[in-house]
Amino acid sequence: MTPDAEARSYFSRRSRLKWWEGLPWILAVATFFVLPDYMAFGTQVLITIIFALSLDLVVGFAGIVTLGHAAYFGVGAYTAGMVSAHLGWTEPISALLLAGFVAAIVGFITGAVLLRYHGLTLLMLTLATAICLQEFANVNEDVTGGFDGLTGVSFAPLLGLFEYDLWGHTYYWYSMGVLFLVFVVVRIMVNSPFGLSLVGIRENSARMHAIGTPVYRRLVTVYAVSAGIAGLAGGLFAESNAYVTLDVLSFARSGTILIILILGGVGRLYGAFAGAVAYLVLEDELAKMSPEFWEFGVGLLLVLTVMFARGGLLGIFDRLRKLFSRATP
Amino acid sequence: MSDPVLEVIGLYKNFGALEVAHNIDFTLQRGARHALIGPNGAGKTTFINLITGVLAPSGGQILLNGQDITGLGQAERSRRGIARTFQINQLFRGLTVLENVALAIAERQGIASSMFRPLSSYSEITDEAMDLLGNFELSDDALRRIDELPYGRQRLVEIVIALGQRPSVLLLDEPAAGIPSSESQHILDAASALASDITVLIIEHDMEIVFSVADYITVLVSGAVLIEGEPEVIAADERVRAVYLGEANRD
Amino acid sequence: MSQLSNIIISIIFDGLAYAMILFIISVGLSVTMGLMGFVNLAHGVFAMAGGYFVTSLMSVAGVPFIPALLIAAAGVAVVSLPFERFLYAPLYKAGELDQVLLCIGLVFMASASFTYVFGPDPVPIKVPDSLRGQVDLGFRSFPAYRLFMVAVGLSMAAGIWYGFEKTLIGARVRAAVDNRMMAQSVGIDVDRLFRFTFALGSGLAALGGGLAVDILGLSPSFAIQYLVLFLIVVAVGGLGTIKGTFVAALVLGVIDNGGKYLWPEGGAFFIYAVTIVILLLKPAGLYGRQG
Repeated sequence: MTPDAEARSYFSRRSRLKWWEGLPWILAVATFFVLPDYMAFGTQVLITIIFALSLDLVVGFAGIVTLGHAAYFGVGAYTAGMVSAHLGWTEPISALLLAGFVAAIVGFITGAVLLRYHGLTLLMLTLATAICLQEFANVNEDVTGGFDGLTGVSFAPLLGLFEYDLWGHTYYWYSMGVLFLVFVVVRIMVNSPFGLSLVGIRENSARMHAIGTPVYRRLVTVYAVSAGIAGLAGGLFAESNAYVTLDVLSFARSGTILIILILGGVGRLYGAFAGAVAYLVLEDELAKMSPEFWEFGVGLLLVLTVMFARGGLLGIFDRLRKLFSRATP
Repeated sequence: MSDPVLEVIGLYKNFGALEVAHNIDFTLQRGARHALIGPNGAGKTTFINLITGVLAPSGGQILLNGQDITGLGQAERSRRGIARTFQINQLFRGLTVLENVALAIAERQGIASSMFRPLSSYSEITDEAMDLLGNFELSDDALRRIDELPYGRQRLVEIVIALGQRPSVLLLDEPAAGIPSSESQHILDAASALASDITVLIIEHDMEIVFSVADYITVLVSGAVLIEGEPEVIAADERVRAVYLGEANRD
Repeated sequence: MSQLSNIIISIIFDGLAYAMILFIISVGLSVTMGLMGFVNLAHGVFAMAGGYFVTSLMSVAGVPFIPALLIAAAGVAVVSLPFERFLYAPLYKAGELDQVLLCIGLVFMASASFTYVFGPDPVPIKVPDSLRGQVDLGFRSFPAYRLFMVAVGLSMAAGIWYGFEKTLIGARVRAAVDNRMMAQSVGIDVDRLFRFTFALGSGLAALGGGLAVDILGLSPSFAIQYLVLFLIVVAVGGLGTIKGTFVAALVLGVIDNGGKYLWPEGGAFFIYAVTIVILLLKPAGLYGRQG
């Protein structure tokens, strides 16, 4: 290909589907058949991937560092939980959409206020906002169940056809479906002009202002979209667990999802997949053995990632690939 | 005969007790090649920042094509046709040259907010970007990351991005800054090759560039206009000599 | 003394004692963040280390309380230096995200290590008898230890303020916080200054941690528990300012204490709400500088 043709086809080559993009989905489907007893766990992994994807949009692409993203996960979870527990709403898909919608609205409002700030101030504001929301939920315990959690959450069979089973099979496919749809939307967004402008804002927001970008508007938009997706993850969480506690809004949850994203590789979409699977599987195995060992390990991994492996797991894969392709002539 | 595209009236700016711009009256004629010179710290970049909206003035007015833009923000002024380059490169370092330019073009074409169509489907962006890059002999670098390029070429990209905005007024803040004088010819060529319907205001220290490019010069000292006129007039002026001689002595 | 004014005085007094601890621990963080711009979420680790150092010295080596505090402060100050040199320094130019993650990682490692060595349960401390019980100040009595806290806190605040405002080295720190490049060009060795400030700040945090054991309790999750709180004090007060940290510690300490006392279920909410309001109105903090 001539250099000119190479340049002109750059964007389309970059956004084209690659062969390995099918792998995560094949793996997800295969897991159903290979590990049928782990479907409840698998569902939580899928939900975490959705949550991590939402964070990737905001942190990885737009460059907004937030320690309070669980706020939107929690809003989604409580929305779905409360319409079931208090209003007797049993249709799961509409409850899920409502969860995402409400979370997006909350994300829009909070984003509009907070995104006028930057750096440490913004970091503290996102953190404080999430904590305030958690306290708010705690105080209104007649509505949210407070510290004891929201009970009485139950949903009817999906589309009226699929009975829920104790082994979480239905929820696994349901979550995978939601993940697929969310992923398609996010992938399109990221490869759109909007997506490129987010990266521009992240790389040099001063220059973006100078070339005429309405930076604040773009940031609030992506933040609201991301909040909506986090809300979908939260809604799935409520539906699949039939139980919601204050922990869905916690700083620990915000911190964990950020860690998961970094470990997997930030700004690459598939980092969310890699990070969620690696973290949750390892946690399941290691935390049982020794919680301190697990905690230390995560801390060490984080330190090592930041100092030596900025691209996370996917970054390491990339480097191995380059090494391999250099070795083979 | 006078066709001002940009007018600055009584512009001043204070930071508390510090006055960085003092009652500046300034006119930029359409199609001009206007240079702004002055010793370090004279307030030249501050002036550009005031025109582009990075700084809000403490008083005075700025008119673009007769319309008051004093209260408008950076992005809006940019959309009305003002583009600028920075004294120290403000590029998107982790991105390719093509992407750097594409950002400006997409923004100008109003499609940068398009969320659900792939960037690749807007071939007009890539076409225009490659055309622009071709004019500056940067076509072969299109897919190279900014931080892989030598500084001189980065400086050219800095200008190309601004041109991607298709401005009617282009403000160049020391385009040759940081480039050894042996290589500044490229910048000079770039500046000379600009289309005649673009109005150019160039801040420069390199007098060779100033006198070969400019048809009109304003001298700024300590935030105020000292003198302005045609290059021969400025070159001959005693006060200008004193200001620069003073600076030369300090070196 | 009426019931109401008694309660109010108790709240303010307890809040004051609490605020003094917050101040002593956070002041180092404020100055180092103001100097280097490094978002150090792991600062609480030094406080925690100080607490464990003090309790260990006392229970294992029989060292009395005050000397243990001083030894712990000095020890942590020294240990913090390689920390800074090998872990933090490489990331000064890195983005905020990297710094935040590094610190979270360090906090986890510290928490896990302390759990392994000391166990997960809160550690008791035997405060010297002279500091136990109540002290009668005439109009009412106050718990001796808290009175001690307030006295120590106020005198430290005065000492630190004096050092910051009146000494040459303090002037250098202030100059470097204000404009690092300018300070360097005037010949101030900012790197060495920073290391000194960092060690001092960590030592102070350790001192505060040791003092805090009796009031806040000490367990391996201390650094995580209070991570947010120290950051809030610093952000609300403003980076690189002693006065800011002091005022923020006072305001937040009294409000947090009062909130939890008056409204046990939701009291924690108040400091976060106050933080949001203050940061929205003054993004650089009460006494911070813009830009």
